[in-house]
Amino acid sequence: MSEEKKIKPNEILAGIDYNPPATGWMDTPVDFKKGTFCNSVPAKFMEYLGQPQPHEWKSYQDDWGLPDNWREIIFEGMRERLKKFRTFRVFMDICVRCGACADKCHFFIGSGDPKNMPVLRAELLRAVYKRDFTLAGKIMGRFVGARKLTVQGIKEWFYYFFQCTECRRCSVFCPYGIDTAEITMMGRELLNLLGLNIGWVTEPAANCFRTGNHLGIEPHAFKDSIEFACDDVFDNTGVKVEAPINRKGAEVLFVSPSADYFGTPHYYTLMGYLLLFHAVGLDYTWSAYASEGGNFGLFHSHDMMKRLNNKIYHEAKRLKVKYIIGGECGHMWRVLHQYMDTMNGPTDFLEVPVSHVTGTRFDHAASTKMIHISEFTADLIKHNKLKLDPSRNNHWNITFHDSCNPARAMGLLEEPRYIIKNVCNNFHEMPENTIREQTFCCGSGSGLGTEENMEMRLRGGLPRANAVKYVKEKHGVNCLACMCAIDKATLPPLLEYWVPGVEVAGVHEFVGNALNIEGQNERTVDLRGEPIKEQEEKKDA
Amino acid sequence: MNFITSFLLTVGLFIVGYFGSRLPFVFGLVIPYTALTLFVLGLVCRMIAWARVPVPFRIPTTCGQQRSLSWIKSNNLESPFNLLGVVGRMFLEVFFFRSLFRNTKAELYDGTRLVYGSNKFLWVGAMAFHWSFLLIVLRHFRFFTEPVLPCVLWLQDLDGLFEIAVPAFYLTNFFIVAALGYLLARRLFNPQVRYISLGSDYFALFLILAIALTGIWMRYIDKVDVVKIKELVMSLVAFAPVVPDGIGWLFFVHLFFVCVLLAYFPFSKLLHMPGVFFSPTRNLANNNRAKRHINPWNPEVKCHTYEEWEDEFRDTLKRIGLPLDKAE
Ligand code: HEM
Ligand code: SF4
Ligand code: SF4
Repeated sequence: MSEEKKIKPNEILAGIDYNPPATGWMDTPVDFKKGTFCNSVPAKFMEYLGQPQPHEWKSYQDDWGLPDNWREIIFEGMRERLKKFRTFRVFMDICVRCGACADKCHFFIGSGDPKNMPVLRAELLRAVYKRDFTLAGKIMGRFVGARKLTVQGIKEWFYYFFQCTECRRCSVFCPYGIDTAEITMMGRELLNLLGLNIGWVTEPAANCFRTGNHLGIEPHAFKDSIEFACDDVFDNTGVKVEAPINRKGAEVLFVSPSADYFGTPHYYTLMGYLLLFHAVGLDYTWSAYASEGGNFGLFHSHDMMKRLNNKIYHEAKRLKVKYIIGGECGHMWRVLHQYMDTMNGPTDFLEVPVSHVTGTRFDHAASTKMIHISEFTADLIKHNKLKLDPSRNNHWNITFHDSCNPARAMGLLEEPRYIIKNVCNNFHEMPENTIREQTFCCGSGSGLGTEENMEMRLRGGLPRANAVKYVKEKHGVNCLACMCAIDKATLPPLLEYWVPGVEVAGVHEFVGNALNIEGQNERTVDLRGEPIKEQEEKKDA
Repeated sequence: MNFITSFLLTVGLFIVGYFGSRLPFVFGLVIPYTALTLFVLGLVCRMIAWARVPVPFRIPTTCGQQRSLSWIKSNNLESPFNLLGVVGRMFLEVFFFRSLFRNTKAELYDGTRLVYGSNKFLWVGAMAFHWSFLLIVLRHFRFFTEPVLPCVLWLQDLDGLFEIAVPAFYLTNFFIVAALGYLLARRLFNPQVRYISLGSDYFALFLILAIALTGIWMRYIDKVDVVKIKELVMSLVAFAPVVPDGIGWLFFVHLFFVCVLLAYFPFSKLLHMPGVFFSPTRNLANNNRAKRHINPWNPEVKCHTYEEWEDEFRDTLKRIGLPLDKAE
């Protein structure tokens, strides 16, 4: 989208209409409007990953280059998945179309497009299931929601399954827990069989497979940027930290999303980790091979998820560490919490995590042997093992954004709040229907955070931004804290658009700011290198 | 359109039932047995089919604090970490529609401010409907046993607590009709729900409404001979069917509707009744990191091993001084 044509906030707001169009959903064709969909995947990445049907095609063109037997391929794929996933089978059968999920999806709230109601998103697939896999659908057809699968229908799948961030908010409200994210995952797997996916899912997956991280950063650049971070920590705090890489025999392997060492504001979070590990003398190592915790395989297929995730345990075993700590990332933690052990366990070569400082045994991770850094830090704070000066974060007035996956797939709600309340003095929650398990997605998850998809992202992020605006106006909030790499990448442009003047930061950035460490300088600047006092004065004035 | 089709379909069934009263053997015996068989077999087959599909991953939707550090209060109902929690969560879902109770309504105020008001109407309507339905079904057991079970009598008394008329007026009769009326009106007048509604969604409501209304009609207006009906039902239950003379046509219509519901049940969205028990986002514990979940078809996939990676980047690794497993 070019700058001058960029749609304005009030245009978006004025255009939102929750009343559906006059034509029924089965008869309303999909419209590939510029700015609301992602680019298709170039064949080379499909080839690299050994995916079926790699070919060049463009989502906005008429001909998608589908193989002649595309329908059989899809039916075979559905048959297979209906036998492998109880979720898929049951969710296809039991929806009553009560509509409780309808206005829970941020994409529906921000676009008013009825096919963004989770129920209709799922119905796109269910209609095919009904017609070709059930008796009732064969006999009663449309009356029970059966519809013939056409090429147009495949395009609709592509458009709407890549307009779902797999955030699972709908599943919180559905009386049967129907999880449209699960349906979307099935839909995307089926599209893969025809060689249809988007660039920003498959390319990072291919990169991650090869180099170990999404951005395709090679070992030397990885090492450089970790070292830069150490230097910046020194410049800003006067503390000399070390960051060993691929070191055998360390107690802990630390894995974080790659954006932490290449993106901003992620980078400040990375500096926070480095300071924290230094402060408590953690015996740990990074890995250049498993240099990505995030897993775009989750947005691609179950197999791809497993292929990418495999590196973490593989590396933990090779480096002979005792347990693993994972950094701040949302979808990364969905995989680590709900899939990793099943896919790539068991982990008999690791030990149940025990904090070397407090002696706390993390029994809730007895099987995966992997804990979230906020669990590690909260435990340290609770046992008074960190010397903290929260006033160094006084220039921040903070609210906390629960990322979808830690909230709705882990239940990691209190740990970050506990940390924030201990390292900061100004904290205000957003309205209760927009946080914790009801949190709103950033609107750019599951691979949809691309430039070409900007209008849809801004729409999908509207509910989140609107809640931030509320606390900004009410409490003067100027910083949105979060624990997710995708959030840190996509919330800044979102807030810039809807609520200018609110920054985005990771929780461990505040930890780093507040930490008192032996040998530090006067700490006149924060981890961003900005003067602390001056900012405070500016705020007072 | 969908609404009208379903309505006409229900009227059609009414007419069939009306003429059916002239064929008591078919409509009093053959169809009820067939419908019941379809219902039982259909449900059992469906549940077996579901049960045979594996649950490859443990993916509960967590709606509360996980169990992690001992001093953080975890929520065993919304994010259950053991069997007790799962049972409690399912109990709340099945009997009190816990998730539906969360319902909110998103609105855009002044075109700039999104608010999510609590919206309990659907929950109230759904509770009133389902509980009335359940109690009415239970009350019908007075036709199925001789002597009538004491708990059924007790239920009957409770339901008829407000003795407004003779025969005793049952509260559930009022509630089920009112609730069904609300659910129908909602489908018709809420633009979003109307948009997603299929013919079969209206049909389920009409069918149940037709059952309820013919039942009420028999009970309060055009009274039928209850003694004879019980004779018929008892003979059906005993598998020694006789159709007594003089059972009004209305009863046959009511019975026919019930038969249609039974036969339709296993092939329709009414499957949500058994289905809710099978939903993996609700019936699994959130103890993923503590206990390994097994995927019976865990596939072999091609991975990029450390050795391959080291081979590819060996020169770089050497140059930047990272340790190598193999020198060459
Ligand atoms: C375990 C038992 C059951 C549970 C937990 C359950 C739960 C629910 C819930 C939460 C809804 C959505 C709210 C609504 O639209 O009313 C619903 C809808 C519905 N249920 Fe059930 N139900 C159960 C059994 C039954 C049975 C036995 C029937 C009747 C034969 C039934 C008929 C319906 C119908 C017709 C609807 C759709 C209402 C509409 O179209 O608005 N349910 N059920
Ligand atoms: S809330 Fe659940 S049952 Fe209701 S329409 Fe949505 S997916 Fe279907
Ligand atoms: S998972 Fe999230 S994005 Fe997808 S349909 Fe549900 S609410 Fe919408």
